[in-house]
Amino acid sequence: MSPTSPTGQASPANTTDIADIADIADITDITDEVPRLPVDPLLDDPGTRIVVCCGAGGVGKTTTAAALGLRAAERGRRVVVLTIDPARRLAQSMGLGELDNVPRPVPGTDPAAGGELFAMMLDMKRTFDEIVEAHADPARARAILDNPFYQSLSAGFAGTQEYMAMEKLGQLAARGEWDLIVVDTPPSRSALDFLDAPQRLGSFLDGRFIRVLTAPAKAGGRAGRKVMSLGMAGLQLFTGTLGKVLGTALLRDVQTFVAAMDTMFGGFRTRADATYRLLQAPGTAFLVVAAPERDALREAAYFVERLAADRMPLAGLVLNRVHASAAARLSAERALAAAEILDPAGPAAAGPAGDAGGAGGAPGAPGAKNLAPGGIVDHSRGQDRLRSARPSPEPHPPADAPPTPRTPQTAETTEDPRRPAQPEEAADRQDTDGLAAGLLRVHAERMRQVARESRMRARFTAVHPRVPMVEVAALPGDVHDLAGLRAIGERLASGAD
Amino acid sequence: MVSGKGGTGKTTVAAALALALAEEGRRTLLVEVEGRQGIAQLFETEPLPYEERRIAIGPGGGEVFALAIDAERALLDYLQMFYKLGGAGRALRRIGAIDFATTIAPGLRDVLLTGKACEAVRRRGQDGRWAYDAVIMDAPPTGRIARFLGVHHEVAGLARVGPVHHQAQAVMRVLKSAETAVHLVTLLEEMPVQETADGIAELRAAGLPVGVVAVNMVRPPVLAAPPRPEGDPAALAEALARAGLGGAAGLAGPLLAEGREYAARLALEAAQRAELAGLGLPVHELPLLAEGVDLAGLYRLARLLREQRW
Ligand SMILES: Nc1ncnc2c1ncn2[C@@H]1O[C@H](COP(=O)(O)OP(=O)(O)OP(=O)(O)O)[C@@H](O)[C@H]1O
Ligand SMILES: Nc1ncnc2c1ncn2[C@@H]1O[C@H](COP(=O)(O)OP(=O)(O)OP(=O)(O)O)[C@@H](O)[C@H]1O
Ligand SMILES: [Mg+2]
Ligand SMILES: [Mg+2]
Repeated sequence: MSPTSPTGQASPANTTDIADIADIADITDITDEVPRLPVDPLLDDPGTRIVVCCGAGGVGKTTTAAALGLRAAERGRRVVVLTIDPARRLAQSMGLGELDNVPRPVPGTDPAAGGELFAMMLDMKRTFDEIVEAHADPARARAILDNPFYQSLSAGFAGTQEYMAMEKLGQLAARGEWDLIVVDTPPSRSALDFLDAPQRLGSFLDGRFIRVLTAPAKAGGRAGRKVMSLGMAGLQLFTGTLGKVLGTALLRDVQTFVAAMDTMFGGFRTRADATYRLLQAPGTAFLVVAAPERDALREAAYFVERLAADRMPLAGLVLNRVHASAAARLSAERALAAAEILDPAGPAAAGPAGDAGGAGGAPGAPGAKNLAPGGIVDHSRGQDRLRSARPSPEPHPPADAPPTPRTPQTAETTEDPRRPAQPEEAADRQDTDGLAAGLLRVHAERMRQVARESRMRARFTAVHPRVPMVEVAALPGDVHDLAGLRAIGERLASGAD
Repeated sequence: MVSGKGGTGKTTVAAALALALAEEGRRTLLVEVEGRQGIAQLFETEPLPYEERRIAIGPGGGEVFALAIDAERALLDYLQMFYKLGGAGRALRRIGAIDFATTIAPGLRDVLLTGKACEAVRRRGQDGRWAYDAVIMDAPPTGRIARFLGVHHEVAGLARVGPVHHQAQAVMRVLKSAETAVHLVTLLEEMPVQETADGIAELRAAGLPVGVVAVNMVRPPVLAAPPRPEGDPAALAEALARAGLGGAAGLAGPLLAEGREYAARLALEAAQRAELAGLGLPVHELPLLAEGVDLAGLYRLARLLREQRW
């Protein structure tokens, strides 16, 4: 495609320039307009008091929260990270062996910059118990804690974990001991649950129904009057029915629970409201974490819209576990074609290409047949010619040989080593060819993934072009120690690549 | 029951299983309990109502029905069934009792969901045959599954008398019978595998029958053997050049690095496989479909399940 190619004489520099311009033009559409999320300035800014990591399940919220906390601490801030259900090995390496629901210093944090890192793992039942103990006299607290209904409630109906995470955040903020609090969010399917669930619990605790249940205990109150207005007959039908359906014992448990909790109800709502306002404050920064996958990015988009609607400060999107390639100029198609030349009998069709084929019967068989008959050398040349004849798909000249000048060269390298035909050399070469073919197939798979991920990313940025973003490369293994967290921190600060 | 860590493919595997088990002349029911219409999306149909309807014919020729259970509606049905409530049901709803009961009362929601599914399991047609040959539930994730299925225990204890008590006991009998199996979907990654191991231990402790482990999204091996990391870049560059690639010298390094990462991933996957093998359950693998799961992909997974004879 490049006008200099046919002559083959253009200076390499010249070729590169033109190709690069095309390259940049391509990329500008997707990358340049998306602002970069400035992670270090955000962490260093003393005005940043709370960072909340949200996102769909499994995208890397806990990892990101821990990595940000560690990085901020090692850059000099006094940080506490509130983690929720961290992976076991990560918890251990952060010194979170015990669940005691209070922050502990993280061993191994570098104190050189004068910062400190504390971490804790949320224990939701304990947090709930603590609220009860703090707000009811000992006898009443005991009655609540022993109530079977309370035990089920605190052990987790949907929403308790979210509520307790907010509660704990409020407590940590109130202690004023840290200048930065990094909050992980519970592993719910939807990122929105973190914002919605506490409201749900609040409205339950303040609900009409619970007032009705309380009514027999305090018939003189406003709720009691409401019930009276329903009419005594209605009330009897109502509690009678409930008794039948739920069993009177359960109903009694609920009623005693509600009666015992009654003094605390206002407290729950007030606290939930206060934490909610904390999240709207300018010192708070929400980071939405997403993996470059359709579902995760869809969740991220919902969340971004919701934050705007709730006037909560969004710092940006962390696109986590992104794949890249240092040999991106070699496309999947060309890598596969080359692999077939080097190793025609290889598992070509067993690769990802075969999987896309859907319901079409035995994958791989037809592809393998096509490859088998061709001799290596013939095939090689055939492929070369084929490629020379069509416009080069990649803009980068080094990998994509300009056809005319390189073809003879390639032919030389192809034929020269073959002439000596010493047995052991041939065997060596076969080994190397096999290795090369394998690596090319690995590369092809990687390139397909890179392409898929950038399509997903483009979908998000098309809708939310102004959301700052940073990409974090996928590490080859899981992240389960401070070294891994530092590596993620580096990538957060500098972006993938 | 199909459970597993969030996002590992519970809905997908449950749907594929419902298709796979639908042999000629048989019927399966695919049940959804989390109100997300994942089944409708997967089968590319409009949202499912609270009603059993046929959504597909399995590759074996049998019929697949689907049902999205709505806990609130299920509760009203129960009230209607047991008490002929009529208008009082609406009154309960108005006052927030239904809301309360289905979202707050401990496990009542879960009781209703599994109760409804068990009703379908035990239902017989007019000819005396089972209404469904298999009922497959797209169940809550591993973290909640033991509690979800064990909730009847809890409820039978809380509601010590009354119809709910009896209902809970009947459901528990079905769940603990040899006709039930909880299959766990996982990926070859540390956290899902860990969660699978924890889930199995919990299910076993609760006396619930564990079925198989389904390893989903397995990437088919691209290389017969992982590349040796110490590959010689110069020799590799020569080979790349032989294949007609320009700039081969510059490619060798990055390709070797990618090869090393690939080998590292294979090693991690092997470690996770070993972990799973130690769980004492049959392990089945399903491949990663490169372009995601559309209807054709779903049928492909169903065929693979048939070949693996779950
Ligand atoms: N950039 C990365 N490279 C490699 N592995 C990563 C990366 N980020 C996260 N992981 C791994 O992915 C897994 C899930 O990460 P993490 O626990 O942080 O997710 P999460 O969003 O908190 O999940 P959940 O919703 O279950 O709480 C972990 O095993 C973690 O080590
Ligand atoms: N074998 C597979 N190959 C490729 N993609 C898959 C495969 N199995 C599942 N997926 C995709 O992974 C995503 C998650 O799958 P699915 O919705 O079935 O998981 P889930 O466990 O039900 O999730 P959730 O916990 O959110 O209910 C979907 O986008 C699905 O299409
Ligand atoms: Mg987490
Ligand atoms: Mg699902």
